[in-house]
Amino acid sequence: MILNRASWLTLALVLGGAAVLAVLNLATAPDAPLHMPTYAVALAGKYLCFAMLALAVDLVWGFAGILSLGHAAFFALGGYAMGMYLMRQIGARGVYGNANLPDFMVFLGWHELPWYWHGFEWFGFAALMVVLVPGVLALVFGWLAFRSRVTGVYLSIITQALTYALLLAFFRNDMGFGGNNGMTDFKDLLGFPVQAETTRCALLVITALFLCAQFLVARWLVTSRFGKVLVAVRDAEARTRFLGYRPESYKLVVWVLSAVMAGIGGALYVPQVGIINPSEFSPANSIEAVIWVAVGGRGTLSGAILGAVLVNLGKTYFTSALPSLWLYALGAIFIFVTLVLPRGIVGLFARRERVVVPDSVSVQAEPREATG
Amino acid sequence: MKRFACLLLIVALALAPVTSRAQSADDAFAALASPSFETIRHGVEMLALSGHTQAAAILAALQANRLFVRNADKALFIKAEDGTFIDAANGTPSPDVMASGLKPVRVNNAVRGAVDAALGSLRLFAPDAATRVAAAEAVFHSHDPAALPALDRALAHEADPGAKRRMEQARAAALLFAESTGDADRVAAVDVLRARGDIDSRSLLASLSGQPQSVSDAAAAAMTAIDRNLQLWSILQSVYYGLSLGSVLLLAAAGLAITFGVMGVINMAHGEMVMIGAYVTFMVQQAIRDYAPGLFGGSLLIAVPLAFIVAGLIGIAIERTLIRWLYGRPLETLLATWGLSLILQQAVRSLFGPNNRDVGTPDWMSGATELGNLTITYNRLYIIVFAFLVLAALMAALRFTSLGLAMRAVTQNRQMAAAMGIRTPWIDALTFGLGSGVAGMAGVALSQIDNVSPNLGQSYIIDSFMVVVFGGVGNLWGTVMGALTLGIVNKFLEPVAGAVLGKIVVLVLLILFIQRRPRGMFPLKGRAAEA
Repeated sequence: MILNRASWLTLALVLGGAAVLAVLNLATAPDAPLHMPTYAVALAGKYLCFAMLALAVDLVWGFAGILSLGHAAFFALGGYAMGMYLMRQIGARGVYGNANLPDFMVFLGWHELPWYWHGFEWFGFAALMVVLVPGVLALVFGWLAFRSRVTGVYLSIITQALTYALLLAFFRNDMGFGGNNGMTDFKDLLGFPVQAETTRCALLVITALFLCAQFLVARWLVTSRFGKVLVAVRDAEARTRFLGYRPESYKLVVWVLSAVMAGIGGALYVPQVGIINPSEFSPANSIEAVIWVAVGGRGTLSGAILGAVLVNLGKTYFTSALPSLWLYALGAIFIFVTLVLPRGIVGLFARRERVVVPDSVSVQAEPREATG
Repeated sequence: MKRFACLLLIVALALAPVTSRAQSADDAFAALASPSFETIRHGVEMLALSGHTQAAAILAALQANRLFVRNADKALFIKAEDGTFIDAANGTPSPDVMASGLKPVRVNNAVRGAVDAALGSLRLFAPDAATRVAAAEAVFHSHDPAALPALDRALAHEADPGAKRRMEQARAAALLFAESTGDADRVAAVDVLRARGDIDSRSLLASLSGQPQSVSDAAAAAMTAIDRNLQLWSILQSVYYGLSLGSVLLLAAAGLAITFGVMGVINMAHGEMVMIGAYVTFMVQQAIRDYAPGLFGGSLLIAVPLAFIVAGLIGIAIERTLIRWLYGRPLETLLATWGLSLILQQAVRSLFGPNNRDVGTPDWMSGATELGNLTITYNRLYIIVFAFLVLAALMAALRFTSLGLAMRAVTQNRQMAAAMGIRTPWIDALTFGLGSGVAGMAGVALSQIDNVSPNLGQSYIIDSFMVVVFGGVGNLWGTVMGALTLGIVNKFLEPVAGAVLGKIVVLVLLILFIQRRPRGMFPLKGRAAEA
């Protein structure tokens, strides 16, 4: 039972919504009553990218009990890989007109491309890096962390340290990733101008397709035997180990997969918002992604997508209409959801739908290991 | 004329200082009144050496083209700002002097140079010891042999040991660059510089050339010695900076060690408690400025208990309304307190504005002292002391008070403590209040070295968690070791890798460290480890 009713609904809403937005943008006249402005299309694309990040967080938090406070790092790394490709596509159209070097390198007085920039002029290579860079980082980090049984809060804190270290690193100019300002002013993607309406609509639909694909993969994973073991690891890691499973392997697989999903989200995010800078690594971003999942419903997958879109809709509304109130609202959401709505919005309907909802008392349920 | 002036100079130098003073001053006045630049220059030098009370005023007047000589008797007069004349020899106003009978003392570049040098060496005789030290340092840097006579005279009646040492060093530097110095004196001078042992003496020794073999050997040996010495000092300096950073981390993390380490509550709003403490300091200082400006020196002493109380009460309120519902769910606590931290930040931003607030430093905390080659700023020093005082108080409170006893009982075995009649919910609230109050006190200290803005707390929260995790949860000694180790490692990495990269390296090392020892440097052992 890979797809239940909630899943069908999610897929239909994501694909249908994206298609309707694209059609309303392209096929209607700018002054028609139902016309969707182009910025709304880009905004919707951005939400769907965030939904991918939320999906990735839900996969590890909801099903493996790993609360990652650094998932935005994988998202940003995917984004940087795509950003580097887009930078190379600018070519000689930059401010300094240098065909070989991005503007910021000319500005820093560099004369040749750093070695790690080579290859990013090909889309295929960049796409590979979008998957590989977050994946390999997650593999190394996860292998170290899970092997030595770092769990719970400790794991959360070191994931936060990871993204914080990357934030500091990417702020440095001599890292060669544009420093403080990051990368922006992109021109085209695979030959299509990124600012054009058609490109934006196409990107929205592609993002929706990728999100659905990720959703399907995640659903397949969690409904499989593998998923059952994962949930067992989440609820009673030591017992699962005593039954002969290797929890660290299961966690590592889902952790790397989740990082790759976040990286793809980041890669699709960059051409739609037109900028990538180190602030994407800030620990606050990662924690926000966790709250999207919590709002929608942890361990439900559909809920993660719903939460990401809802919270970001709220954020867009508040930051333009009542900017000083947004942080109050966000803070209140954090408190309200954890105190009153531990199963999120989807959890409210869980009884009818039989959505897999984890027991929120996950860490306490973990049996105590004999030490000392 | 030139020969006459030289003769005068020799006479002036040959006579004993006390008897010669009046006479050499008179000769100097005579020389200044002469029409020859060369004689005037010697006059300037003689005047500087004479120790005459008016010497500085006369030279300053000459520098500003305000020194005049009366045609009739060659007496000198200074033209004051208001156009009246003052007798240069004794500083009394002379209202009957007419501008028509005077002509200015002429100045060319050579004279100007002599005046500048003379004014510099005059400062060697200033009544203020600090000025004399500065003057000696200036001579040390210029190592101009012309200053030697003035230095010798100044040394003869220098009483202040610090100023005397500086003058001897300046004299040694000048001697090395004088042509007439004998080899033995040169070697002695090198030894003086070697004893001084700082980067300036090293560069001075390195700039020596054309010295006799024995002297250049001594200089080379001295430079090696100085290098070794400097290296030692730079290590000490790094240790001091590291201690300073470590004490800041310790302050920020001590409260967290209580709430996270003892209670197991992840309080992401901990940084905001620090921030509130800093704003309490700001408000205390505002109130003092408005109502009792005389108390400003004690503003921090008032702020410390007040910040403890304010942050502690807020902490208790948080525990009663929020945390108590989330015990045993650390990840949910983390999210809820993060939300709370956003609200607190925004509230402070609405109340006080988003900009940095100006928190003053009392006089007793500003300034610095030198210990060898170490520069020790008082505010850092006081923060180190304060951090350890807070820690000592915290440990004493946990060990010797009944509240501390109850806290330890509840941490070790909640059910048993409750069975013994301890009101565990209240102990939880008070423990959380204690941790928050300590954070508030940390805010008072941080207001002295960091910007007081709504984001103050956020910049410390990750570091504080690192310290607690590194040191080992539930162990205050671990927190101390964690904070100091992180501080010192950070400061030793900084010169090698740069500030930002150093921090990144520390974070990566920490991540690796946690893999090796998931429970910190000093993990709890035995039954307590299971809690």
